[in-house]
Amino acid sequence: MKVLVPVKRVIDYNVRPRVKPDGTGVDLANVKMAMNPFCEISIEEAVRLKEKGVATEIVVVSIGPQQAQETIRVGLAMGGDRGILVQTDQTVEPLAVAKILKAIVDAEQPGLVITGKQAIDDDANQTGQMLAALLGWPQGTFASEIVKDGDKLKVTREVDGGLQTVALNLPAVVTTDLRLNEPRFASLPNIMKAKQKKIDMKTPADYGVDIAPRLAVVKVAEPRKREAGEKVADVDTLISKLKTAGAI
Amino acid sequence: MHNVTAMSEEQAAIKDAVERTCAAFPAEYWRKVDETGEWPEAFTKAMAEGGWLGVAMPEEVGGAGLGLTEAAIVMQTVTRSGAGFSGASAIHLNIFGPKPLERFGTAEQKQVHLPKIISGEQKMCFAVTEPNSGLDTSSLETKAERTNSGYVINGRKIWTTGAQRADKILIIARTTPKDQCAKPYLGLSLFYTDFNRGQIDAKPIPKMGRKAVECNMLYIDGLEVPREDLIGEEGEGFKYLLQGLNPERVLFAVEAIGLGFAALERASQYAKERVVFGRPIGQNQGVAHPLARCWAELSAAELLSYKAAKLFDDGLDCGAEANAAKYLGAEAGFNACEASVLAHGGMGYAKEYDVERYMREAMIARIAPVSREMILNFISERVLGLPKSY
Repeated sequence: MKVLVPVKRVIDYNVRPRVKPDGTGVDLANVKMAMNPFCEISIEEAVRLKEKGVATEIVVVSIGPQQAQETIRVGLAMGGDRGILVQTDQTVEPLAVAKILKAIVDAEQPGLVITGKQAIDDDANQTGQMLAALLGWPQGTFASEIVKDGDKLKVTREVDGGLQTVALNLPAVVTTDLRLNEPRFASLPNIMKAKQKKIDMKTPADYGVDIAPRLAVVKVAEPRKREAGEKVADVDTLISKLKTAGAI
Repeated sequence: MHNVTAMSEEQAAIKDAVERTCAAFPAEYWRKVDETGEWPEAFTKAMAEGGWLGVAMPEEVGGAGLGLTEAAIVMQTVTRSGAGFSGASAIHLNIFGPKPLERFGTAEQKQVHLPKIISGEQKMCFAVTEPNSGLDTSSLETKAERTNSGYVINGRKIWTTGAQRADKILIIARTTPKDQCAKPYLGLSLFYTDFNRGQIDAKPIPKMGRKAVECNMLYIDGLEVPREDLIGEEGEGFKYLLQGLNPERVLFAVEAIGLGFAALERASQYAKERVVFGRPIGQNQGVAHPLARCWAELSAAELLSYKAAKLFDDGLDCGAEANAAKYLGAEAGFNACEASVLAHGGMGYAKEYDVERYMREAMIARIAPVSREMILNFISERVLGLPKSY
């Protein structure tokens, strides 16, 4: 079974994002970028499926700037077999991403798409679901366990009330949650091997998808700074303070 | 950390992967091995499993076939992680130590040993320095005398790192008396052979820092070495050793620089958090400026180190740059560690804050593998054309 893993290049999760002074977005100039952590989990899961003999080929896809090649290369060093970069410098909204991915799925015919539940930059949490809808495929979102069971895929989902297990017919779309696995990091021999692996260069036009944004960002602002607290001597003072503040 | 130009995609991937490998070994781990003196086995194993010991070894023996630049990125990332020299010295030898074997060994020697050195299965140590001949290698007294089947070695070596756990030894010994050689540095031969504990007695030397990675005095009494363990030609050993000197200087430089940056990070963090007289101490220029100056010194030394590495990788002479980088890197690294201890005030003296360990370890790079004075001698003679003083 071929597995398609879409990945996104985002600001490194260790970096403290800064909003541009004019409030039009997050400042990305000279900021360390890395693979979205949920995408790393997706690659890891695909590699584990391959190690179990369930997956036969792992195709790593990214949609983004030229530098997203590096992100794909990280995926190839973790165990992906080949890559596809759909290159664009424009902002790509989830629906446009899902449409491009649908076109890639039509061309590649994978048996499974594993993607992160969301990217840590805009936290949209939409692409996987939209892709499943466009394809008319079953979806298992927020996966914390994936098991191939006969011709079905059992996906344990992290939902508000606890864990829900669904059985999906294949082909299917799965989005990964934090507790699915702990991604490996690349060894030196695998980094070297990844250099030889092929990355196909495409553009959104190759797939006939119009990626013009449908939304306009009005304003981006930093969260309000937390104000200094106050230490109180005892519970009684605390209660009276809270009453004065109208909190209780 | 940079190359002279921006890092390539591959170099960034290397740095990232080494950072992640080192992240599993936090400050507590290094504090503990520094106290117990236990070899950092888990760390050594993780680095071997990641393939990092083979960064500069050729691909046909299981290495990555990369250059000194990449090896330097690996080693700087190790010390920078807070592992310091406790981490770097545990693997340092594996990176360029086997170079004489790779360059001058027979095809069989290479195929038998190098893959095992890279995988960490074979643990090697390096025996060059002697109690009576430090930097004056041509005066070394250890002798290898011919026998029917090969050689027998007798003598003493000092500062051999990792001899307690080594199963192989790379050793240089005199095969022809100095007075019978045309030049003093001829008549020395290099062997890669079994570390036979029946004939080699290794005694650890209690020392200032880096307790986890032991250094030893070796007493070698009748070590029998088969002829096939000779590397290259008899009498040419010193020349083979020289090949590894410049890379080693660059690695020492970046290791000290990485540690200096680690110390600065700890000190700046502390200076931001520690409030005295109603404000963070880092707001006082008397605390801030020494740290800022160290950053500038480290960055300058780093540039020269990667320039030397690039020259080496391009096959050009890098002697002056490698020596100067080791001089500047070691000084900048130590200065940064010292400034960081001072910025911590009393807490800088407490083991809990780690910077005192960094400072003790940073001394290593000022002394080894060559003294500051010999570096300045080299630059005086070779670069400035001044008369030799010794």
